Amino acid sequence: MDTTVANTGTEGKTWGGGNRPLGASYGKLMMWFFIVSDALTFSGFLAAYGFSRFKFIEEWPIADEVFTHVPFLHGQELPMIYVAFMTFILIMSSVTMVLAVDAGHHMNKAKVTLYMFLTIIGGAIFVGSQAWEWATFIQGDYGAVQTKGGNILQFGENVMVDGEEKFKRISIEDFAIVEATDRVEHERKNGLWFVDEASLPPYSVNEIYKGLEANSNILVRNQIINDEGEKTVLSREESLRQIKENGQLVVKGANLVVNEYGTSLFADFFFFITGFHGFHVFSGVVINIIIFFNVILGTYERRGSYEMVEKVGLYWHFVDLVWVFVFTFFYLV
Amino acid sequence: MAHAHKLEIFQGLLKFKSNTQKIWGVLIFLTIVTAIEVVLGIYKPDTLMHTWLDPMEGGFFATLYNIILSPFIYMKPLNLIFIVLTIVKAYYITWDFMHMRDETKALRRMVVWTAVFLICYLIFILLQEGGYVFEVYNTKDALIKRDF
Repeated sequence: MDTTVANTGTEGKTWGGGNRPLGASYGKLMMWFFIVSDALTFSGFLAAYGFSRFKFIEEWPIADEVFTHVPFLHGQELPMIYVAFMTFILIMSSVTMVLAVDAGHHMNKAKVTLYMFLTIIGGAIFVGSQAWEWATFIQGDYGAVQTKGGNILQFGENVMVDGEEKFKRISIEDFAIVEATDRVEHERKNGLWFVDEASLPPYSVNEIYKGLEANSNILVRNQIINDEGEKTVLSREESLRQIKENGQLVVKGANLVVNEYGTSLFADFFFFITGFHGFHVFSGVVINIIIFFNVILGTYERRGSYEMVEKVGLYWHFVDLVWVFVFTFFYLV
Repeated sequence: MAHAHKLEIFQGLLKFKSNTQKIWGVLIFLTIVTAIEVVLGIYKPDTLMHTWLDPMEGGFFATLYNIILSPFIYMKPLNLIFIVLTIVKAYYITWDFMHMRDETKALRRMVVWTAVFLICYLIFILLQEGGYVFEVYNTKDALIKRDF
């Protein structure tokens, strides 16, 4: 390990600079400093998320209703399952990382190589899962109508499930009555060549209203969470009135401006925090790959120490640590 | 290089023979904790969905009571359980995966106390303000109207 550190000939002398009160190398200490500052960055984000959530505490989207999808299982509502899988993958890759560090302590090159490889695979699976989660979130589920005040109105009907009346969501595609319209999306090729327009909403509010009028079973629910911890379902008359008088924009999916799940801040924080975390995982994978090749090339074998694996390991565990908190505050609480 | 690892977790309740075994042991523990969280998150037992204590009205001591017991008064028990379990997981990731258990006391305190103090401060300020803005939005004579 000392090959990367200049020797001053004062080792062991308490006041000569050779004393190491923390018993850790320079590189490891710097990694700890970085981790502390990065932890503060993440807690800043999560605390800001908490701020916004407290601000809209009575109308924040319910995570169990937002993240219900699992790949290959279409049309089933399985909240938490996929994100639990992602959490497990990340913890698992943390384990392979710490096993690599342990193998490094025993100067076992073959094992370090194997465990580093598994760690990289785990990280890649996690980033891929997060990309899928993003895509599903952006694409949206049932669609909704945004009011002039920026609130979200969603659609559904009351159905009996096991003798209990439950509110079942209905997709806007299933009831909207499409009308002929002259409005076409403005593209560079059919209009001014120097400006673009964002893609148009899938339906107009009027089409949704017509559909709502025609289907007497459909009700609207607003964002307000009632005493049972569920969103408030409006009466039939109120549903029609809300869409007619307050409906402004049909929303499908989510982006930084609007989202069909509720308060737009929810989507903003989702993109920002999971995005920033995903970026950390991505850079962790890249660093892991670099270290992996160094291990294969025997750099650390020649150096006589696998401390570099330990340092990148610290970073990797930190990414896992952050995910534990993101998981709690985005999906559980 | 001698790397001495402390091979005990749960205050010495569980002892492992080697560092590798300890890692697997911690993995099993973390998996169990995550599984508990997921099961609670899916089923949401009714008894955990409502606060157990109500805030006290009155003078100074009532306020003191509300502050000291605030996690039980203002937070759903389920959320409190989630947060406690998260901190438990964070502890074992830091202590056993990041080998904080094997570092000197000074390094441990330098990292943990600094972060914990600053994060608590940050959370306190922002959540307090969030609650305040909520009040501003939702009082009877609020100047801002959002539901239209």
